Parts: sequence; C-alpha cells; structure tokens
Amino acid sequence: MIDVRELTRSYGAHRAVDGISFTTRPGRVTGFLGPNGAGKSTAMRMIIGLTAPTSGTATIGGVAYQDIVNPGRHVGVLLDAGAQHDGRTGREILTIGAQTMRLPRSRVDEMLATVSLSDEEAHRRFRDYSLGMKQRLGIAHALLGDPAVLILDEPANGLDPAGIRWMRDLLKGYARRGGTVLLSSHLLHEVELVADDLVLIGRGRIVAQGDLASLGSGDGRGAALVTAQDNDALAAALAREGLRSEPEGTGLRVHAGTADVGRVAAEHRLVLTDLRSGAQGLEDLFLELTASTQREAPSTTDGHATTSTTKGAPR
Amino acid sequence: MSTGPTSATAASTPSGSAGTTATLPRLDSSGTPAVGLSTLVPVELRKAVDTRAGRWLVAAILALTAAAVALVVAVSDDGERTMADLLSFAATPQGLLLPVLGILLVTGEWSQRTALVTFALTPSRSQVVSAKLLAALLLALAAVVGAILAAATATAVSGTEDGFADVGVTTILLFAALQLLNVVMGVAFGLLLLRTPTAISVFFILPAVSSILFTTVPALADLAPWLDIQTAQMPLANGDFSLTGEQLGQVAVTGLLWVGLPLLAGWWRATRAEVK
Repeated sequence: MIDVRELTRSYGAHRAVDGISFTTRPGRVTGFLGPNGAGKSTAMRMIIGLTAPTSGTATIGGVAYQDIVNPGRHVGVLLDAGAQHDGRTGREILTIGAQTMRLPRSRVDEMLATVSLSDEEAHRRFRDYSLGMKQRLGIAHALLGDPAVLILDEPANGLDPAGIRWMRDLLKGYARRGGTVLLSSHLLHEVELVADDLVLIGRGRIVAQGDLASLGSGDGRGAALVTAQDNDALAAALAREGLRSEPEGTGLRVHAGTADVGRVAAEHRLVLTDLRSGAQGLEDLFLELTASTQREAPSTTDGHATTSTTKGAPR
Repeated sequence: MSTGPTSATAASTPSGSAGTTATLPRLDSSGTPAVGLSTLVPVELRKAVDTRAGRWLVAAILALTAAAVALVVAVSDDGERTMADLLSFAATPQGLLLPVLGILLVTGEWSQRTALVTFALTPSRSQVVSAKLLAALLLALAAVVGAILAAATATAVSGTEDGFADVGVTTILLFAALQLLNVVMGVAFGLLLLRTPTAISVFFILPAVSSILFTTVPALADLAPWLDIQTAQMPLANGDFSLTGEQLGQVAVTGLLWVGLPLLAGWWRATRAEVK
C-alpha cells in the first residue's frame, strides 16, 4: 500500500534520509527499525506530506497523501503522541478529530473503548496523561477514521509491558483483517514480536529489508563461538579452510556455522571445550548493519556534489 | 525477497479495478466526504474556545469591553458621553486582546505541536489557514457586536441628549473594520512568526517602535500617516469616525503595509514550514 521510492531529504549537506525505497503490503505489519536519528521520523513525515522531500516519491495506494480526499478516513497517522494541546481533554482531542473527518460523535466513544481509556480518563486534561495514556489516545486518534493504512512512529514508546502486549495484539488483529501497518521503533524487541516485514534504516539509508524470518535466520551461516584447548591452532586450521575468525572471550568468534567449525576441528584433531552458535539474532544483524553504515559514512561524502546522479548508485 | 506477501497481495487485489497494473491495491478516496471550509471553520472555532486559555481570553474580551464602557459611564457626568465616544472606549480592550486571539489560533498549532495532527488530517494548509482566518474574523465580529451592544446600552443608560446622533452606518462599519483589521493583523503576525511569545511581543512592540520613530524624527513626520499604522488610525482610536477621504486612504495604505504584507508573507511561510 505504501510505496516509497528513492526518497531523500537533505538539510544542508546532511542527508537525513538518503534514497530509501520500500513497500508495505496489506495484511502485514512492516517494522521500520533503526537507531535514534536514523531518519525514520523524517521519512514518515515525508510519506504524509508534512516534510517536502528533496527528491523521490511516496505514495499510498498509488496516490500521494496530499491528494487523498479526507485522508484521515484512509490513513491513520500517529507521529508523536505528545503532540496534542495540553489543555484539551482526551475526549475533546478525539472529538476535534472526528469533527474534522466528518465522523459521527459515537466514533469517539467507540475508540475510547477500543484503547481502554475510561470515561474518567477521557475527561482528564492531556497534560495530566501518562506517556502510556498518550500513546493509547494517539492510537485511538489514528483509528478514528477506520483507515486501511496505519502509520505509527514509535507507538510503543512509554508503554508498560502490558501495554506493549496490547499494542502488539491490536496491530496484529488489524493486519489480519487486511490492514497495512507501518510502525517505527528503535527497539528491536518491540518490533520483532509484531512485524511480518522489516525495513532496517541507519544513517538515512536502508541497510536491510525483508520478511522477519529470512532476516532473523542469518542464513545458518552467521557465526560460531568456539573455544579449543589450543585456540591458535584452531584459528590457523580455520584460516587454511578459508574461514575467518577472531579472538573473543576465552575463545574465537568464527564467521561460519557451528557445523563447519566442528568439521574443521575434527579434521585437524583439535579438542574443543565449547562450541555454540554465536549468531545472529536480529539484534546482531541490526547492530552490525547500522554500525557498518556508520563506518561507511565518510565514503558517502563524495556523493554530495552530484545530488541528482546518486540515485541507486550506493551499494 | 519475500515470496509470501506477493502472492497474498495478488490474490487480494480487487478484480474490479480495471486499468490498474500495480500489484498493490489502489486507494480510491473519491467516495469519501470531503473536508472543506464548512467543516474546518467550525472546527477552528471550537479549537479557539475548547481550552481554558481560549475560554478565558474570550471571556476577558467580553468582560473587559463591558467593564470599560461601564467604567467610563460611571466616572463621567451624566449626559457627557455619546455612543461614538463609548465605542472608542470599548475598542481599547478589544484592540489589545482580539489580536492575541488571532495569534494564538495560529501559533498554538506550533507551540503545542498540534500542527502535526491538523495538517495530517487536512494536507491543504492553505485551507487550514483560511479556516483560521475566517474563524478569527467570526470571533472578532462577535466581539464587535458585543461592543456595539454595550456602547448602545451605556449610551441609553447615561441619558445623553442626542447620544446616538453621531453614530451612523459609517461609524459602525469603520469601528467593525478596524477591529477586524486588528485581528487579521494578529493572525498575520502569528503566521509569520509561528511562535506565541515572539508573535505577541513583535505584534505590540513593532507598531510602537514605528510610532515613536515616525513622531520623533522630523524628516519622517510627513510620511507618518501613510506608513505608520498607529498614526493613521489615531482619529479612529480617539472616537472620531468622520474621516476625510485622505485619512481613509491612509488607513487603507497602512493596513496593506502592516496587515496585507505580513499576511501574505506569513501565509507563504506557514504553508511551507516543515512541521515537526
């Protein structure tokens, strides 16, 4: 539903978002994952037209967000749960939303019930809301227009474990009914339990994307942690087989599967005291990929002079 | 990369959408009730008074207007005050507070960051700005009507002979126009500066500085009525609503300079500023 193509936003010489492309699909939750300052929020603001892209396009169902009639009825947006007037009550905030989208007032009560905000809480002023209540209200606001697409920036931020569980169930249910969800987070564990697809972003660039299963498996080749009685001999043996290794802890980290390491050790009659998979949770992938973009950062400087020709050039 | 979703999407693509070749479903919003000014102006009016600050401001405008008129009648000798007189007193608290209402209507979206939600629901920012301008004008109009009623009541109560003699349609229209111009100026400065404290300070300080400059520098004295808004509006502020053609021209020219230009520039800025 959401189709992002070569989206770029520069602030002076700094590219906050640098030629990102991805699509999200109905019936699936797409996690938009990256460290703080990676460009997630800027990208999301561009998708809904709050920030003008320097280049590239973003469409929802083939239409630019700005061209959607009464967009709240089609795309539910929560960019910042704290971005509401302190002096309004939760109910008033939803009522303004409903009135703007030309929805009946009954929708407000329905949504308050959906996010489990009590009548008493709904009459409290926004400044007296906890972060978790603000997130619930923000979700209620995004769902008001019964949209087919949800775009949520850090929706789990500030939720307690029960709240995160609730959010996960709500979004999964929403996607199961055919909805499209794009949600961002800087915390992997928040995303991996709910997302079907992942888009990893670091330093404004997409460093990996795909469905959760294929990204998380590490292709079985990831890494092994091994300790031998003679680590040096093992490292030498591995090197002869073309397997890279480096010291880690009491042993070695090998860039190969555990089976490969075990085979090499057996062939060279080396005694292992410990052998286990050192891979490749998504977390490692996440850290590794985002770290590598940070190391690569200097090499992107040569792209600045040729803004129009860098499309698709990197990688 | 992922084979699952592709086939699932293909299956769920509506077969009726002829001409669409994309694998993803198209979004068709043509049947959705549109959001226009008839929706947005009531929303903006609601937003102006649905917070404690907004309600107090509106209440203060009405109360101070009534109080100013009542006070003047109380301290004046019977039969001294005419309606035009009283209108100019009613105009003082309005002149101070109506622009603040206009400023807050705009800057509140930025300082409270609700612009994020407002512009997400209404991507046409010009439409939002228009709605705010109309809402500010409607609120100002209500205040003007209140002031006129208060002044008329006070005139009747004070029992001035021929108290209404100096009030014609022109007087009423000029009074109303001045107040409306004032609130539009507030909206304009709000749009231009987008920050509540900055907009309010600049709104009050800039015309005052200009006025001091134009009245103290002899070389500028001749230009003052054409360039300085306070000089141009001086007769109106003093309750003299019988303006010459030249004076009217001066009110119009300073209005363009102090209200029209900031409004255009502010409109340009607010519809382009990045919302964070």
